[in-house]
Amino acid sequence: MGKTFSEKILSAKSGKDVRAGDIVTVSPDYILSHDNSAAIIKKFRMFGVKRVSCPDKIVIVLDHVTPASSEKYAQNHKEIREFVTVQGISHFFDINNGICHQVFCEQGFALPGKLIVGSDSHTTSYGSLGAFSAGIGRTEAASVWATDEIWLRVPETIKIELSGRLQPGVSAKDVILKIIGDNGADRANYKAVEFADPAAQKFSVSSRFVLCNMAAEMGAKNGYFPADKTVVEYLNRITNEKIEPVFSDEDASFESVLSYDLSLIEPQVACPHTVDNVKPVSEVEGLAFDQGLIGTCTNGRLEDLKEAASLLRGKKIAPSVRVIVVPASRQEYLKALREGVMETLIEAGCVVLNPGCGPCLGAHQGVLAPGERALSTANRNFKGRMGSRDSEIYLASPATVAASAVEGKLCDPRKYI
Amino acid sequence: MKKGRVWKYGDDVNTDVIFPGKYTYTPMEPEEMASHALEDLDPDFASQVRENDVIVGGRNFGCGSSREQAASCLKYAGVQAVVAQSFARIFFRNAINQGLPVVISEEAPDRLEKGEEVSIDFLRNEIITQSERIPFAPLPDSVQKILDAGGLVPYTKRKIERGKS
Repeated sequence: MGKTFSEKILSAKSGKDVRAGDIVTVSPDYILSHDNSAAIIKKFRMFGVKRVSCPDKIVIVLDHVTPASSEKYAQNHKEIREFVTVQGISHFFDINNGICHQVFCEQGFALPGKLIVGSDSHTTSYGSLGAFSAGIGRTEAASVWATDEIWLRVPETIKIELSGRLQPGVSAKDVILKIIGDNGADRANYKAVEFADPAAQKFSVSSRFVLCNMAAEMGAKNGYFPADKTVVEYLNRITNEKIEPVFSDEDASFESVLSYDLSLIEPQVACPHTVDNVKPVSEVEGLAFDQGLIGTCTNGRLEDLKEAASLLRGKKIAPSVRVIVVPASRQEYLKALREGVMETLIEAGCVVLNPGCGPCLGAHQGVLAPGERALSTANRNFKGRMGSRDSEIYLASPATVAASAVEGKLCDPRKYI
Repeated sequence: MKKGRVWKYGDDVNTDVIFPGKYTYTPMEPEEMASHALEDLDPDFASQVRENDVIVGGRNFGCGSSREQAASCLKYAGVQAVVAQSFARIFFRNAINQGLPVVISEEAPDRLEKGEEVSIDFLRNEIITQSERIPFAPLPDSVQKILDAGGLVPYTKRKIERGKS
């Protein structure tokens, strides 16, 4: 019997022939953390060791509250900067880089076959480039810093076969919302999700990121796209490392196989207060909202900003709405600037924030008042996440948020395309 | 065995309602963390919870963010265990790593009532109510060892010390 991608990676890393359900102890290739590194440092000090075991495996990106919005956050950042200097951690990215997951990929750490753990639930994103990547907690991140080891359970794999072609105005975000809505927020709990052909190969790297990022919202341990020609070409532009893709065997055993015809998917909206409360936009059309959010690690790349700009070109956002734009990284921001995308967004009336997590988790830069409603391209709509516990968050694609911002109420973007 | 009261909630209790994101990157002492536990789900919880109380959820307890405070704020609030039909993966790991026992049981959440007194026998793997004993499956050995050590910090510390000697 053949093996799945995850079984192969965890077999190789543990030096054992393992299958889904086995528990392995492995040494990851990289360990990611962000502003929570300050808390991880405190845990690390409890272990009674002075030096991190492998400074070159540690990647730290400041992104959650950047620039610091209070003395406490500033102190966090300061402690992290001092720690990386003392410990000789060279893969440190300060507040001017962007959201950790995007920066991690841009810097060439996310490569096919690598085993990556990160102290953030959306660490699943690097499967878009063929890596095995899973989120972990802070104490275990500290433990990896100290011991270079972690236990992982080999996940079963749900294979999602994609076929057909997306309609204009429908994007990867609609696909993943549809899948989460159909299958539930815990369908992939402890499991791997593999996106498969015939149509997986048609997705850009940026779109693959959206699907793997939000696999976390099905509970997935990791998301994965086969590292095909598109991935290899992308990586060859950013790294000199040898690219060695790992694929599931044809006779591998999958927990289940789901099939989606992309041509049948219409724009989707995740309604409050769970990501699996998904409806086609036609069922929520006309709903007024106060704040639009375009960006975040889910939808803040050039592809997304361009999509939004194409709907906002020459138009103004409705006076009843404010729209915040957060590019995923400095690199994506620069690309969008050079292509005139940012100009279009600003002319339409958007407020542009520096690349970072921004208001997605309600810490700063655009929190919601009681009774307010947001329409956002982010990945979570939990109660109170963006501010007041009496506010609401609807999740949708960049096209849906942009078109709706012009109307001042939720609408189907396809009519403008 | 310690007796505690049941606090009962539904499916998909997420990390944002257990410990709001706006506090996530603010270092807090245990007592302050406990005071925000379940703030956006049950504002009475933090002021009324007593030592050894038990939280009971449905499916996918702890879904969402990787924030560890979702597990530690419950531990600091005095909760002796969380019982649910299933746990989101990272919450499960975080709870074990913080030394907060988790009990996976298909039946127990339906059979336990809000406010009733229960105790949990972790040697026999049973939840004991006034009228019945509800068995549950033991955790995998490697996971139980971390819990037995009191969490990942003491577990790893011991491992490092053994490695040195």
